[in-house]
Amino acid sequence: MKILPRPIPLHIPDGFLNIGVSLVFWALAILLVGFAVRRTQGELAERQIPLMGIMAAFIFAAQMINFPIAGGTSGHMLGGALAAIVLGPWAGMLVMTAVVGVQALVFQDGGLLVMGANIFNMGLLTAIIGYGIYRLAAGRSRNVRLGAAAVAAWLSVTAGAFATALQLWLSGISALGIVMPAMLGVHALIGIGEALITVAALSFIMRTRPDVLEAEGEARGGWGWAVAGLLASLTVLLFSPFASSNPDGLERVAADLGFLEVGADAAYEILPDYVVPFLGDSAFSTIAAGMVGALLVAGLVYFLVRMFRRPVKI
Amino acid sequence: MHINTFDHYQTGDSLIHRLDPRVKVVVTVLFILSNVLLPDGAWLAFLLAWGILLVSGRLARLPLAFLLTRALVALPFTLAAVTAIFSIPGEPLLAVKAGPWVLVATDNGLNRFLSILFRSWMSVQMAIVLTATTQFPDLVHALRHLRIPRILTAIISFMYRYLFVLSDEVLRLLRAREARSARLPGSKAGGSVLWRAKIAGNMAGQLFLRSYERSDRVYNAMLARGYRGVLLTMNPHILTARDWQIGVVALLLIALPQLVARIN
Repeated sequence: MKILPRPIPLHIPDGFLNIGVSLVFWALAILLVGFAVRRTQGELAERQIPLMGIMAAFIFAAQMINFPIAGGTSGHMLGGALAAIVLGPWAGMLVMTAVVGVQALVFQDGGLLVMGANIFNMGLLTAIIGYGIYRLAAGRSRNVRLGAAAVAAWLSVTAGAFATALQLWLSGISALGIVMPAMLGVHALIGIGEALITVAALSFIMRTRPDVLEAEGEARGGWGWAVAGLLASLTVLLFSPFASSNPDGLERVAADLGFLEVGADAAYEILPDYVVPFLGDSAFSTIAAGMVGALLVAGLVYFLVRMFRRPVKI
Repeated sequence: MHINTFDHYQTGDSLIHRLDPRVKVVVTVLFILSNVLLPDGAWLAFLLAWGILLVSGRLARLPLAFLLTRALVALPFTLAAVTAIFSIPGEPLLAVKAGPWVLVATDNGLNRFLSILFRSWMSVQMAIVLTATTQFPDLVHALRHLRIPRILTAIISFMYRYLFVLSDEVLRLLRAREARSARLPGSKAGGSVLWRAKIAGNMAGQLFLRSYERSDRVYNAMLARGYRGVLLTMNPHILTARDWQIGVVALLLIALPQLVARIN
């Protein structure tokens, strides 16, 4: 029996993203995980750690649960949305980070250098969108909340695929016009499986132990999450069809902005990627450009998160 | 569930096994970094890097077949790189007709594709050398030394501890479902897809609640046994002169392919 659970193919191996892209997403991941770490500190943290560890093991094990759909395919769950809904957004992010980290370290499922991007795609983005969309239905009836959870779960997987495709394109590995529709198409279907299992699991928990949901999940996030989740989802939804149907246009825009250089006349072949104009084509310029990009993105996210911060409830 | 199902640590007493885990993690990451920075088509440099890998594997007394087969786990993602063969301008090699489009494979494209594959393959193998020679608690402690926040390493440690327990649990759930799913040959058990999804979701929910309730018992049991927030390891983790020497040598070796690639 195949023990290794790897049903949802989003774990990017090393060598598939260039340094600039890796660094930017490491910065994002470190920033968001840093916030999550800070938000889960305090007297409650000690009791939380065994819980979060076991929940991480739960997510890992739950990824093995499948159900046959048709023709040999089966539905699986990545678990980011469920983790965020039942544990709250910050704890959910930490849990998913641990899952992705262990999968990379122990199983080589996902590279070490690209772990920042993997953590962002599968751990952070899924939790943000999963919790954010679910939060939109806070206080409503059970069916509305389950519906929101279904949408949240589907969107989380699709967004993860979107981010992965974007990273592959930015690294010059894949052509946008092929990788974006392929990733989105496959994961739009996989997302249905995710939505079904997430809703069924949530429904089960609501029926048997609704107090757990209240204590952990719903008490932990403010309205800001709904906004963040909505923004992220809209970005994905609006950008994806544009990117899929008009990849050349996008590449032209990116080239005009000096953003993406598919340099054919470089002194020696290097991965087409970010270049700092006055440094020219070199590994150093790539790294420098990546770090500048990382700092800019990190700064932006930092201020956004500060804006949506909610006072800690003890 | 036996620990070997998941843990790929190969018991041994080689030079690499005895090396401090911090050094191993840093060398692995730098090797992968060096790989990624090698330009496309720098085959001599690639060969040198592969040589370093083989030497590491030899020093760690890992069988060659072990490295090669375990590295295949990165294979499925290579599909993502296939588009590179057709989208990079260069000397056309062959044209493939796919529906209304004609895809032209170029030599530059093929060069790029093979470079991506080789770099990725080598990176995975080095990561395998790392995990095959380092026990997981030591690996986590190395991460802690390298400034990963305590809360994260604690979560990962707990996760590892309960990975096997919960995986056993989920395998039991799957087996129980299998045992209760009578079906005629050639058809699927159960009613509609929605019904099957509901059952799967119930299993996930069930597993969640069991895990959640278990965590409280786990915490109290550990407190009763003297847990004070840190999972301990028997390994003292002192950086000896030998560790530094090997680290420096490794770094110099890693720099070699970089030099070779730039000179050409």
